[in-house]
Amino acid sequence: MNDQRNTTEIVQASIKRRYAKEKRFRLYGLIAIISSLAFLAMLITTITIRGLPAFTQNFIQLDITLDQKTLGLGDEPDISALRKANYNGTIKNSLLAEFPDVTKRKDKKLLYKLVSKGGQYDLQKKVMADPELIGESMTVWLPVGDDVHTYLKGDVDITLPEKKRRFKDIQVGWIDSLQENGQIAKRFNKTFFESGDSREPELAGIRGALFGSMLTLVVTLALSFPVAVAAALYLEEFAPKNRWTDLIEVNINNLAAVPSIVFGLLGLAVFINFFHLPRSAPLVGGLVLSLMTLPTIIISSRAALKSVPPSIRDAALGLGASNLQVVFHHVLPLAMPGILTGTIIGMAQALGETAPLLMIGMVAFIVDVPTAITDPATVLPVQIFQWADLPEKGFVEKTSAAIMVLLAFLIVMNALAVYLRKKFERKW
Amino acid sequence: MNLHNTKFAAVAGALFIAAAAHAQSARDQISIVGSSTVYPFATVVAERFGQTTSFKTPKIESTGSGGGMKLFCNGLGVEYADITNSSRRMKASEYKTCQENGVTDIIEVLIGYDGIALANAIDSELFDISRKDLFLALAKQVPNPDGSETFVDNPYTRWSDVNEDLPDAKIEVLGPPPTSGTRDAFAELALEGGCSEIEWIEALEKSDKDQFKAVCHTVREDGLFIEAGENDNLIVQKLEANPNALGIFGFSFLDQNSDIVQASMIDGFEPTFESIADGSYPISRPLYFYVKKAHIGVIPGIKEYLDEFTSEAAWGEEGYLADKGMISLGEDIRSEAAESIGNLENMPVLEDK
Repeated sequence: MNDQRNTTEIVQASIKRRYAKEKRFRLYGLIAIISSLAFLAMLITTITIRGLPAFTQNFIQLDITLDQKTLGLGDEPDISALRKANYNGTIKNSLLAEFPDVTKRKDKKLLYKLVSKGGQYDLQKKVMADPELIGESMTVWLPVGDDVHTYLKGDVDITLPEKKRRFKDIQVGWIDSLQENGQIAKRFNKTFFESGDSREPELAGIRGALFGSMLTLVVTLALSFPVAVAAALYLEEFAPKNRWTDLIEVNINNLAAVPSIVFGLLGLAVFINFFHLPRSAPLVGGLVLSLMTLPTIIISSRAALKSVPPSIRDAALGLGASNLQVVFHHVLPLAMPGILTGTIIGMAQALGETAPLLMIGMVAFIVDVPTAITDPATVLPVQIFQWADLPEKGFVEKTSAAIMVLLAFLIVMNALAVYLRKKFERKW
Repeated sequence: MNLHNTKFAAVAGALFIAAAAHAQSARDQISIVGSSTVYPFATVVAERFGQTTSFKTPKIESTGSGGGMKLFCNGLGVEYADITNSSRRMKASEYKTCQENGVTDIIEVLIGYDGIALANAIDSELFDISRKDLFLALAKQVPNPDGSETFVDNPYTRWSDVNEDLPDAKIEVLGPPPTSGTRDAFAELALEGGCSEIEWIEALEKSDKDQFKAVCHTVREDGLFIEAGENDNLIVQKLEANPNALGIFGFSFLDQNSDIVQASMIDGFEPTFESIADGSYPISRPLYFYVKKAHIGVIPGIKEYLDEFTSEAAWGEEGYLADKGMISLGEDIRSEAAESIGNLENMPVLEDK
């Protein structure tokens, strides 16, 4: 009797301790979540703060006279002459007309930098679309230069002595007077989404890399998904369990852990040097990346197939279905959500790869936006890496903006996976 | 079912090969490989070329000078690069490989110079240093300070130990890793240059070339020379944060960051466009590119790209390449070169010495 009460007392006493233990454990978990969320929030905020200015662009309003003499055109200019004409000269003239008291050579050079090098290409496009414009005067909005953009977004500390900054007092004066006259406007940066890479930060766009990534991933998905699912189905449902299949399984698991640069070297040796496929093409990039993602998808597909209850198979077989019918009518549809999750993980990995692409020439300066899988292209992470390496300061914000685009791409991919999973999911 | 599958696979395979073959036979875009030092200049020309002509913008891969030569000399045909950039002249061995693989007619273009700057934060004391002192401060092994003709591990830790005229500050130099071409050029031009000023070491060059190279090119590894990665932006930022350190990087980064860093004088010369162009600033290297003559006319636009690169608007003293930090050749050399390039003259035969 006494003993029993003792046991109860002991248990009673320990309850408090055990509850405290659980409470502590929950607290640790909560701290882990909060700290990882804090890191994530910090990362995203810094990237957003740095990258946001890249989505707007400042424009200067100028009166441009497209006179034949400055443009260096004859009376009947052909297309190539129109393309090569000296549009920059007309911009320089108009800037000098705007600020007539600038006479020193050094100051003139600074003045010309107010307008981006892209301004002349804007004029070129206008004139090529309508050659009648030659000889006319017009008012146009042209994008500002790199340094001016940095100043307008507030990144130049004008309290510093002039020697210590790139943006000089005289430039500040010009911008202030333009602003007073309402000749400076801030607009959405369409160029960033409409053009490919450039060496001028204000002209550089993400479209080339974005399309390159899409094309590469399409090739990767089209190759790796069917092959991986078929391999997983065969190994899981049909293959005999013997030494050979064990060997294959070990090899697949090993391949999933091989550093990606190895696949790049393989791609160079096989696809480019042996099959003579073009360098820098999304086709080869997709082939290499599908080699890399195959093991990931196979492993997750096999796990998903294994988790389909045996009773489903037995019931189907009992009703007279053939093995193939059991697999395609019952097992595969039920395993689909798991397979899709694995595929998305694999594709997300492929989206972030740069190392294997280095070997096959996709780390390159490519201006034209790719339209087919054999066009030269680069991908988003490579673009980020390249912009981070350039001397011009304007590329800092472009780098962050490109990271934001990459994240958005990932979110879209994941959302699609969630939707598909919900669609196929069945509960029992 | 089985038959159907096999047929499908065969058709898909055939399509795939056809698509690839089509892409190969019809390359209408110039393919450029090579040096990462020339990359920032070549890309500017390529972009302008794409904007002002009807040709596609060339594709430029940054593979390093050596890697570029390898890709370039692999053979003739659309699957090989048309042009390679290089931050040094082609080696005799590379020329031989090219010849053996059928790349016999090559046009060589010297486009300009790139200076290598030794710089520190703009508020720090300006350095005026000779190459000999640089060698003594940065080499792994230096002549014994007691005057005997033997080597000891570098004992100097302060600049004033090397030369009393230098500031009394700890030696701390940030530079690129050995994989970088900038590092190679720095070792060859600055360290070897300083090395050969010591007579008995220079004599070593004739008697024991390997030891001479090992002594003159090996940078100290005791932590006073810090490898700061390939990214020159990073070195500039670190200099801003650490006023005691010096950094080694390309002239274009100096030009872009003149508000943050100042360049040291080397052998009494400051790196400027003028001093590098006339050769008085000692640490500068030539920039080249090489063109396959057999590809002109096969790949559209190569001739026009050459014309754009060698136009006054590009490589002239006031050209847009100078805006990006490239140092132009002298006016006479430019006009002479432009003429021989216009005539598509072959480069001279390179032979082993």
